[in-house]
Order: sequence, then structure tokens, then C-alpha cells
Amino acid sequence: MKTRREFLKLGAAAAGSAALFSTRAFAQSPAARVVVVGGGFAGASCARALRHADSRIAVTLVEPSPTFTACPFSNAVIAGLRELRAQQFTYDRVAADGITISRTTATAVDAQARSVTLADGTRLPYERLVLAPGIEIRWNALPGYDQAAAAQMPHAWQAGEQTLLLRRQLEAMDDGGLVVISAPANPFRCPPGPYERASLIAHYLKTKKPKSKLLVLDAKDTFSKQKLFQQAWSELYPGLLEWVPLSKGGNVTSVDPATRTLVTDFARHQAKVANVIPPQKAGRIADAAGVTDRTGWCPIDPVTFESKLQPGIHVIGDAAIAGAMPKSAFAANSQAKSCAAAIARLVTGATPSGPKLINTCYSLVAPDYGISVAGVYQPTNGQLTEVPGSGGLSPAEAPKATRAAEAVLAEAWFRTITDETFG
Amino acid sequence: MVKLLAAAIVSLAIAAATAASAEPPVGAAACSGCHPASTRVSSPVPRLAGRDQAAIVKAMQDFRSGARAGTVMDRIAKGFTDEEIQAIAAWYAAQK
Repeated sequence: MKTRREFLKLGAAAAGSAALFSTRAFAQSPAARVVVVGGGFAGASCARALRHADSRIAVTLVEPSPTFTACPFSNAVIAGLRELRAQQFTYDRVAADGITISRTTATAVDAQARSVTLADGTRLPYERLVLAPGIEIRWNALPGYDQAAAAQMPHAWQAGEQTLLLRRQLEAMDDGGLVVISAPANPFRCPPGPYERASLIAHYLKTKKPKSKLLVLDAKDTFSKQKLFQQAWSELYPGLLEWVPLSKGGNVTSVDPATRTLVTDFARHQAKVANVIPPQKAGRIADAAGVTDRTGWCPIDPVTFESKLQPGIHVIGDAAIAGAMPKSAFAANSQAKSCAAAIARLVTGATPSGPKLINTCYSLVAPDYGISVAGVYQPTNGQLTEVPGSGGLSPAEAPKATRAAEAVLAEAWFRTITDETFG
Repeated sequence: MVKLLAAAIVSLAIAAATAASAEPPVGAAACSGCHPASTRVSSPVPRLAGRDQAAIVKAMQDFRSGARAGTVMDRIAKGFTDEEIQAIAAWYAAQK
């Protein structure tokens, strides 16, 4: 139900844009209702971009948490270089853009009737639905790793209490302990994330507990920014950090949380601190809405981000299968703005234009040592592909000043993107 | 010369059309992932809103050709055509 005040506000905004642009457009299109589920980098950015694109669009953001805890830079929190509150943002400024915030969980979607059901049974009707649910852990996909196991062997792959738990475990560990990280097979949230985490934990151990050892057990043979990471590791953390790829027996096949043991085909590693980064899938509501395929992720149209499985539902951010684009906060924010532009056109009957998207991901290998990957993407044959000749990694050979400059740029990026999304 | 003039007219036309519309041209919305939209943010990365159009175009072309060293812009500029760069620069120049 709209309050009279909201209605008046909406009317005034509509009248304003009608006067500025065209009365014809106004007469043809009553304020469209768009519901956005999920208030992360994808969802909050999309909600705001929709309002900026066309203030006649009535936007409701469904998000149960009063604060958002950002994953980028949460590895620095784990390593004791940053406090969790630097990762936390409220939705006050999002609401101030005229977005209705529904502080609850979306439990079901009726794609035919075009309505979202909330936890209390309320139904929210929409013309367009945007799902930005992020990831869901696939509990038990790795045998032994269930919700209870996460209290012993934190994943810390959704920032918040898990981040602090892993930090406390590292702080409580005696010098000389074995820390093990298990990294999953592709695809998963934040491809360079496990390796940035390994780097910063190695930094913590080197400076605080130098007799300790860090083992990274990997379900893959290759990973994001691999050469840059490995070069930095041999320079900064020789003998401390060991990466075990799939082909050398790195694949973890089960875990025993009671003893903090990670089992591979070749060995059992009993850790003092174990960080299990488990297999993932699209956030729960995506399944309920029928927009996930057999992979557990969501196929989308690369121009509009509309689901290939359900009309009227758009999927952005980590949950989407976005071709060559990685599951990153930058990509989520970039997709959110393209999706909003497409929806703003669709609700007035116009045709969306093909987007060009960017991703830039910084990783810290040490507090003053940053590396990056960048890419530019466009729809090609129904997929988001990298523009040929564009993108790539930081140079393999670079002076310390370049690495330090990228560490500074990484922090500046975080301030910029969180300001655009939440500020 | 004629070709150059024609190109200039085309880019001017694109610039005029883009500057007049509120909708950002293709690719422009992605810039604010790093280039702060708000003056509140402290960053070594410059704000683009209100910057000189020719200066933005020159910077992008120089990053793309390698004439100017970048940290990530050398890699990103290679993903944009001359027409896209002109339109993006015109749009940002028209923003406040």
C-alpha cells in the first residue's frame, strides 16, 4: 500500500520528468513497479540506478539485513589489518533515493502472476523483478562440510561473523601451527579471493607467527592472477606458503570438523586452523524462482540480464552466468547499472541497447603490494565475452612503486564503489 | 582532409546527441566503479563529471595506444572504439 505522501512524491517526480522530457511518455507509462531482491553490490546498485534512470519507476528493495557487510577487503579483516566495521554499510542513503526497503526475506516468486512472496506471506506485484541474491553455500557438496562444520572450519565466504571467527582462530593459534585453506573448483564467488586470502594470512603469520605454515589445497590446477600471485609468494613468503594444485593431490574430498582434518586422495591434513571455501550456487531465491539451471547458477540474456528461463525476471551479480565476467563486486555493480538501463527502456516499450561492461579486481598480496586484473565485456552471440585485445593483468615485471600504487588504488576503489552503492 | 572533416562532424553529432540526453552512452556507466561519481570520495582516480571532453578523449586514446602509461586504464581503454570514447567523453563533460 502506498501512503498518500509517497503517492504525492511519486506524482511530483513524474510530473517533473514529464515536463522535462515528454508528456507523451508519461501518459503512456504509469510508474512501473520493479522489485529488487538482495541488497549487495548488485541489488543496491541496481535499485539506485533504476531511480536515477527514471524516477517514475517505483522500486522496492527486499533485504532482511539492516547492514551490508562487504566481502572485498574482508581478507584484510581476517589478517588483522582492518576492522569489520570498515566493511559495513547501512541502507539509509539507498532509502533516501526514494526506494522502499522491505526488511524481510523473499521466499517465493510467481513468474506467471509476476509477484514476489515475502516471509510474512505478503505478495509484492511487479512489472520487472531483479534477483541479486549472491551465493548460497552448497552444504554437504564437500562431504562433512555442513552448517555445523562451518563453526569449526569457517568458510568466511560471506563476510560477517564468519570473517571474525577465522580471524579469532588465527589469533588464538600458537606459533608453529598448520593453517590450511581449501579452494573450490570453478565457478565460485571472487576467483582471486582464495589466493588474496592466502597471501594476507601468510603476511599475518610471517609478522606474528613465523614458525607456522600455510597450505592451500586446491581443486584446480590454474587460478586467477596465478603468475602474479606465485611470483609474489616466492618473493614474500618462501617456505611459509605452499600451494597444492589438483594434479598434485590438492583436491579435498572430505573434511572432519571434529579434528579439523582435510582429506585428499593422497593425504590427511590435520590443521590448527582450517578455512574451507566450499562449492557454491546462486542464492536460494533463484532456485525458488525457477531461474537456475542444472549448474545451480542463472543463465541470462547478456543485453538485459533477463533470465533465459523465466520472463520478467532479471538476474545480476554472483548468481548470474555472465559469460567471461567474473563473480566480483565490480562486475555486479557494472551489471546492475546495465540491467537498470535496460529495464528503464523495457518498461516504456523501448528497445535496450547492447551494453559494454567493465570489471577491475584488485588483490592485495601484502598491505603495500597490490595486483589487478581488468576486462571490458560486450554481448557476442548471446554471451558476454571479453572485447578482443582489451583487459589483462598487472605487468609481470614491475617496480615496488607500481605494486604499492595498486594497493592504494585498491583501497580507493573500495571507497568509490561502496559510496556509489551505499553512500 | 575530407575524411577527417567527416569524422569530426560525426563525432560532433554524436557528442551533441549524447550530451543532450540523460541516458549515459554505452560503456559510460561502468566508469564510476573507479572514477568517483561523488565529490565526497577521496581517490587518486579523477572524477569525470564536468571534465573537458577533448582531455578525456586524449587520455583514452593515449592509454589505448600506450603513449601514456596506466595502471589499469591502458588495459581498459583498449576495449573502447573511437566513437564510444567520443560519446562517453561528451556525456561526462556535460555532467556536473
